[in-house]
Order: sequence, then structure tokens, then C-alpha cells
Amino acid sequence: MVRRRIPIRDHAAEQSLFFRRGLVAIGIVVFFFSLLLFNMYYLQIVQFEDYQTRSNTNRIKVRPVAPNRGLIFDRNGKLLAENRTVFNLDIIPEQVDDLPALINKLEQYVTLSDGQITRFNRSVKHNRRFKPITLKRGLNEEEVAKLSVNQTRLPGVTIDGRLARHYPYDNILTHLMGYVARINKRDAEKIAASGESANYAATRDIGKIGIEKYHESLLHGNVGYERVEVNNKGRVLRSLDLDAPTPGKNITLNIDVDMQQIASELLDKFKGAVVVLDAKTGGVMTLVSNPTYSANAFVNGISTSDYSYLLNAKDRPLINRATQGQYPPASTIKPHIGLLGLDRDIITETTRMYDQGSYKLTNVSHVWRDHLKTGHGWVNLTKSIEVSCDTFFYDLAYRLGIDSINEFMTNFGFGDYTGIDLYEESDGNMPSRGWKKARFNQPWYIGDTIPVGIGQSYWTVTPLQLADSIVTLVNNGDRYVPQIIRGHMEGDDQIIYDKKTLPPLTVNNPANYEVVLDAMYGTLNRKHGTGTRAFRNTDYVAAGKTGTAQLISIGEDDEYVEEEVAVHLRDNAMFVGYAPYENPEIVIAITLENAGHGGARAAPIARKIMDYYFEHYDRDGKYHMKLAQHGDNNGGA
Amino acid sequence: MAALKFDTKKQSFAHTIHIDVPLLLLLLTLMLFGLTVIYSAGGGELALIKRQVTRLAFAMVILFIMAQIPIHLYKRLSIYFYLVTLLLLIGVIFFGVKGGGAQRWLDLGVARFQPSEIMKLAMPMAVAWYISRFPLPPRSKHIVFGFIFVAIPPYLIFKQPDLGTATLVASSGVFALFLAGMSWRFVSVIGVTALIAAPILFNFVMHGYMRQRVLTFLDPEKDPLGAGYHIIQSKIAIGSGGFSGKGWMQGTQSQLEFLPERHTDFIFAVFSEEYGFTGVFLLLCLYTAIIVRGMTISMRAQDPFSRVLGGSIILTFFVYVFVNIGMVSGMLPVVGVPLPLISYGGTSMVTLLAGFGVLMAIGTQQRIVARNV
Repeated sequence: MVRRRIPIRDHAAEQSLFFRRGLVAIGIVVFFFSLLLFNMYYLQIVQFEDYQTRSNTNRIKVRPVAPNRGLIFDRNGKLLAENRTVFNLDIIPEQVDDLPALINKLEQYVTLSDGQITRFNRSVKHNRRFKPITLKRGLNEEEVAKLSVNQTRLPGVTIDGRLARHYPYDNILTHLMGYVARINKRDAEKIAASGESANYAATRDIGKIGIEKYHESLLHGNVGYERVEVNNKGRVLRSLDLDAPTPGKNITLNIDVDMQQIASELLDKFKGAVVVLDAKTGGVMTLVSNPTYSANAFVNGISTSDYSYLLNAKDRPLINRATQGQYPPASTIKPHIGLLGLDRDIITETTRMYDQGSYKLTNVSHVWRDHLKTGHGWVNLTKSIEVSCDTFFYDLAYRLGIDSINEFMTNFGFGDYTGIDLYEESDGNMPSRGWKKARFNQPWYIGDTIPVGIGQSYWTVTPLQLADSIVTLVNNGDRYVPQIIRGHMEGDDQIIYDKKTLPPLTVNNPANYEVVLDAMYGTLNRKHGTGTRAFRNTDYVAAGKTGTAQLISIGEDDEYVEEEVAVHLRDNAMFVGYAPYENPEIVIAITLENAGHGGARAAPIARKIMDYYFEHYDRDGKYHMKLAQHGDNNGGA
Repeated sequence: MAALKFDTKKQSFAHTIHIDVPLLLLLLTLMLFGLTVIYSAGGGELALIKRQVTRLAFAMVILFIMAQIPIHLYKRLSIYFYLVTLLLLIGVIFFGVKGGGAQRWLDLGVARFQPSEIMKLAMPMAVAWYISRFPLPPRSKHIVFGFIFVAIPPYLIFKQPDLGTATLVASSGVFALFLAGMSWRFVSVIGVTALIAAPILFNFVMHGYMRQRVLTFLDPEKDPLGAGYHIIQSKIAIGSGGFSGKGWMQGTQSQLEFLPERHTDFIFAVFSEEYGFTGVFLLLCLYTAIIVRGMTISMRAQDPFSRVLGGSIILTFFVYVFVNIGMVSGMLPVVGVPLPLISYGGTSMVTLLAGFGVLMAIGTQQRIVARNV
């Protein structure tokens, strides 16, 4: 073994060299650690608040909370629209090992359609695993009970209760109440356009038609916010605090739901409408349109087939006949025409003419027939209204001329929207020369004016307009907007809105009202009145006017025989009326399509409604609950 | 030094079994600290703790064994140790197992292991052995040769690619040369070279993922949900900890899982979030204490091999800490370096404690060696 030459080492020097190097190294360590510490100081002390905010933004998410929708009551406190808890069957996929097996198992407790299962499986794929996914909506009580009992055997299955709108009177109020349903794309666009997107962030349903739509802003309330803690995947871990939503206002309607129900039953066999207004305010007490449909069916999404059935049904149940149905007013506007005749001094109370059963103009070959072939003999205005003489009004209309009639009736509100709190309203048609020119490009003929006197020709009205015009008549020209809403609750206080007025009808001599109102009294009370039979033996005194609207022209020499005319062309039965005669409280307008004679068909319905009213309301307008004591348990109160 | 005199007079039991008590206590404190953080970062999962405790126990056994091996044996075997490890590193290139986009492992059938981890020990040993054969300070010739020792393994590791380990291995070698007394001229040359080389490395040598990390480091907000997500969430965790922290198990960034790799490489963010600036200060004090203790042991060693090896081991430990905290707090680009003795994970823990075992051997065997000579 060759020994290599080992240089002589200076151990002390080496050790001191290392000692120095070690100290330098420690110096470096301390320096770099100080750098770290300085950086940490910068992050944790200097920028603390900034990072704290960012940390909170990470974990805290603000979720909107939908306000509860305001309830709707009738004038007597009966609940018309409520929020009911409905139960959904939800599954959290994350907590389930074998989804198909679980669904099989669930079928022991609830019935599931293939569609529900397919929809469920689809949304499982598109959602986070920890998010509950609805398998079935609207569980019935039995299903809820069965699932609750077996919950331990069904991991990952939850029953979720949420509030959904419910209408206890279902189809009785649909046309006026409307309904809420899920916000669709168009609704969302409208909400966005009105800058309400934030307020609707958590809202599922919106009023689609009726009061629910018109008073949406009142009923909806204001969104609340919940701050929740989430993890990095967005899973909500807990609620931190809640800025509670402001619930929508509970509102009260002028509707008397019992009266509405009675009117609905009376209308059951007919297509048509009943409108009852508060004579003193124009408040809408009843607004029935028949046929009707279920409001509740729409809340949870109506099936396409059911909807298309409603849409295409011949009797058009979706139309609100009371506000959208446009009918010839027929003889129900004779008081209005008479008033105009008196006011323009064309006639006086005593002006007489002889009715021989038809009316003829010189130089015009056309003959306008009275509904009574033999004629009514000598008639004045009062009798002409009472017996509904046509000839008198043919002549009156001829002498008034269309321009004068148009001007006056327009002031009455015909041919225009009443302004009721419903978007579903038609304006009807009050014909004029200009209208005919625009519509048919034809001049207005004298012959067009004659039938206007008996509410035929091109004149159409809605039952609501008709009722509202009677309110104007009984208030000597004061005009009110018919309002369905009566007021809302502010805490425990009921705020009742003032009546909405319109510019009054101006007449030269207010005494003329007395003449036509007296004639309407006679129509229901004097021997020869067309409505007298229907109003025999009432405890109250009513006044009114019947009408029978022709839908087809009967030849000059032909006789109208109901049985010979196709059902949809048969006469409409009409009635307008009010009671009590002195100091009127309610006004009624009825239209029954193809039902025949107004006095025979429509007047009896009005009678029954008035009977109900006078049985349940004192003369100061106070309601007493006789009917409720008879075991009506439909509503609240 | 008073302590030194005391030690020479009376040999304690700990000394007999070659355990340096202050160092051991510091290490145990740190580990205990680490376990609480892992428990919190793991969302209170005990299984994680059990596995980590098992690993720590195993690593402590290794430490104990390493402390018993005589220093002269290390010295004699170090070059072979280095060469075998180098062969294994080359083996990785041909027979290595891939995992996570990198080829770092050798599969022995029973277990996989990373030769690069072993190199963390083999490197300082070999450099210390080589340099201490000559009188110190070393001559330039030896420094240049030394650099050949230092350069080859990091290059191989870098190619795997594993920038973190390559850095650690390289720095352990460079530290050895520095501690051996490499002239300041060399030190400054290396410094300047590093500065010039950095952009070249970045553009021509670095892997795509590394370049991305550097870019992300320079501007994490550029892609806050993608590449920058880690570092942004990490800084939010640290910053929102504030002065006193959110409290143990109360860190929202970690508990709500916004923080990635929270019980491994990014555990320092959890630590800072929950213990705050005070905790961080304490932690750095602990690390400093360990480093000072390790350096003290090395300074007291009688032979140059022990001194250089011990100092190099303890400075590599420092690099661990600095690189990890630096990257987690956004001062350095993200390289895969765990926070020593705190991060959850096995391999690096074993090498680290093995290194401390060697350090303890140095600290407790030196006088025996000295007397026998």
C-alpha cells in the first residue's frame, strides 16, 4: 500500500475558518428568515383587512330569499288566495350509493311516472352531487306520511316543503283572481325592463292574469337576503344571518265571494257573465264569467294537453266574458237613449207616439220591426222603457242622430275601457261615422242609426261597461271606475282605498234622471213591465231593464222561433238593474249568451242575487253572516 | 464554552445512545406543532394523524440508527453511497416509474422510492468527503472538481422533472463547498453566474410547467381561477390570519377547502391562517433554534468532514424552510418543497430525520473519535 502524501493541516485554522463560515451562514439564515417574516408582516398585518375581505368573499355568499306573497281576502274577510305548503320528494345524489335501486324502493311508497324518473335522471347529470334534486312534486298526505316513517331506510331522500299559491275557490274566481305560475322568459324580460330583477331574484311565481297580475307589485313584497357560508364547491354549510324579506301586502277585494258563488251557480247552465257593482263606489262585488276553469291547475304547471283543450274549447273558457265579452247591449240601453232624448229636448216625459209594430222612414223601403208584432199602441218614454217598445226608440234614435248618440254614450264610458283593475278588458264599440269609414270604408247611413236606438247595429258593450253605466245613471251622472281591490292590510290596520272617480256625465237637466229611473222602476214593478214577474214579492224595491239581443237578422216578415235557430245564433238574454230603488246599493248586469228572453232568463238570476244581498247586508251596507252560519266552511273568517 | 467543558466531564445517557437532547426536543416540538396543523388541515380526520405518527415514528427510528453509525464509516462509505445513488438516478431515466407527470421513482416490487431523496444525504457526504481530503480552505482546483460532484445529480433530478429536489440537492453541495472555505471570489462568481443563468434557464432549459409556475409567481392575478388559484388562495389564507390568527380549526380558507394541497406543500398557509403572525414568528424561531443548534454541533466537530457535512445538512434544512415558506407566501415560484417536519408526507420526512441522525452522530461521537486518534 502506497501512502499518499498528506499535506500538513492546520486544524486550529480550519476550525476557525469553519467557525467563521458557520457564523456567516447563520447570518444568512437570519437574514432570509427576516425577509420571510417581513413578508408575513406585510401580508398579515399591513394587508390584513384586504385579505380578510377576500377570505370572506370566498366563503360568504349572499342568497336572495323570496318574500311570501300577500294573501287575498274578500270584502267579508274570507280567504281567496293563500300560500300552502306543498311537499316535494328530493334526493341528494351524493348520499345515495345506488340511485336506480333507491328509485325502485321509493316506488313502494309513491307512484312515479316514467317522465318523472327521466327528468330526474337528466337533472342528476347536470347538477352538483350535493344539490337536492326533485323527483316528484306535490306529494299527497299519504305519501308524505309513508316517506317520513321510512326515512331512515331511505338515505339521501328528503321531503322538501315549500309555499305554493292555492285558491280555495278554485274555478269560482279564476277570471277575476287570475293565478300565479312560474316566471317564464317573457316575464323575466319584463321584470328586467322594469328594474325589478333583484327583487325577483328568488321569486318562483308571478301573477299571470287577473288581480294576481294587476296587483303584482302590492302582493309580491320585497326580497330578503341570507348570508351563507359556502365551501370551495359552492355547497352551503350554514346560514350566517338573514335580512328577512318583506312579505307582500295582504289585500282585500270588494268581491263578496258568497255572492260570487251564488251567481256562478245560477250561471252554471249558461255561457255568460254577471257583474255586481257597489252602487255607491263602483266596487266590484261579483264578476262571474262562465264557463270557467281551475286556477289551481295553472299554479303547478298545467299540462300541455289540458291547456290546449282550454285554448281550443268552443265555448272559450279562457275569455273573461264580464270584461272582455263584447255584446250588443240591446234594450238595456233604452234608459240611456231616453235620457239623451229628454236632455236634448227631442222628447219630453209626455211625448207620445203610436206603435203599430214597426217603424218606417219615408223614402226608405226598409221596415224596422218591434219585437211585439202587433205593436204596443200609444206609448210615451216611460212605457216604452217598461214594455221595451222598440218603435219609440227607433224614432228617437232617428231624431237624435248618430253624432249626438255617439258623443253622449262616449261620455257614459261606452266604447272605452272602464279602467277596472284587470288587464283583461275590452273597450267594446261605440259606432260613429268616423268609425264606420275607418272600419268598412263606408259612409254612415240613416238606416244605421235606427237600430242603435235599441242597442243593436254596430254597438257592442261589455257586461262591465253596462253595469258601470247604470252606476252612473243611479248617481245622476257621477262616474266611478269599477274597482276589484278594496284595500290592503298595513300591519293590523285595514287601509280602504277611496273610490276612483271619472269626469261626470253632464246633462242639461238632472231631473231627467228621475224620469228614466222611474221607468226602470216600472219595468220591474208595474203590471206591464218586462221584469215584473221576476221581481214579484221582493222585500226590497228594485229597478232595472231587460234586454234581448238579436244575433241574426230576422227577415222583415219572418218570425223568430227559438227552436228553429241554431243555438249559437239564438238571442242573448240581458238584464241591468239596481236596488233599492231609493238610495241604490247594488247594480247588476247580466248577459246570457243564446239564452233567449232577458226578462225570462236573466231577470230571475238578478232577482236571486239581490235576494242574497238584501238577506245579508243591512241598509248601511254592513254584512251579517247568515250564510256563514249555515255551515259554509269554504273560506276563512 | 461552558457546555463543552461540562460535556467532557460527564457523559449522559442520551450521549451514550448518541442523541442530542436539545435538538431532539426542538424536533419533537416542531413535529407536535405539525400534527395539530395536519389535524386541522385534514378537517379533523384522525386517520391522517395516525398515518403521520406512524411515519414520524419510523423516521425517528431511522434517525436513531443513523446516529449510531460511526462517523468514520460515513466518511469511508460516502463516495460509494454517492456513486450508487447516482447510478440509481440514472436508472430512473431508464427504468423509472411515472407518477404525476414526472419520472422520479424506482419500483422495487415491494415499494417505490425516490433516489433523488437519498441524494439529499449522499451529496453533502460526498462533497464533504472529497473536500476534506485536502487542507482547507480548498484550492481552486478542488473547488472546480467539487462542483462536478455538485452539478451532475441536480441536473439528473431536474430532468425528471423535479425542480424542488434539484434545488435542495444542489444547495446541499454548494453549502458544503462554502462551509469548507471556498474563497469569496468563487462565491461571488457563483452569485453572478446564477443571476445571468436564471433567464437563460427560464427560457431554454426549464420545462413548460416550471416556466408556467414562474410566470404565475410573477403575476398570480392574471389567471386567478387557473394557474394563479393556488397562490392567491394561499395568500388570502395567510393574510386573513392577521396578527393572532383565526384559531385552531377555525381557518375558513382551509376548513372550507379553498386552499389546495393544504396538508402537504401548502400547510404553512393553514398554519398562518389559524395561528396568525404570532404563530409564524414562533415557528421561525423554532426553525432558527434548530439551525443554530445544528450549526453549533457542526462547529464543535473535531474533523473537517463532520463539520462540513453537519453544516451542509443543517443549511439544506434551512433551504427547505425558506423555499417552502417563500413559495407559499408568494415570494418564490411554486416548487414542490414540503415544510420540513410539518407537512404531511413520508419520503422527505425520513431523509430529513436521517440527516438529523447523522448530525446527532456528529454531535455525540466526535470526542470518542478524538480520544481514539
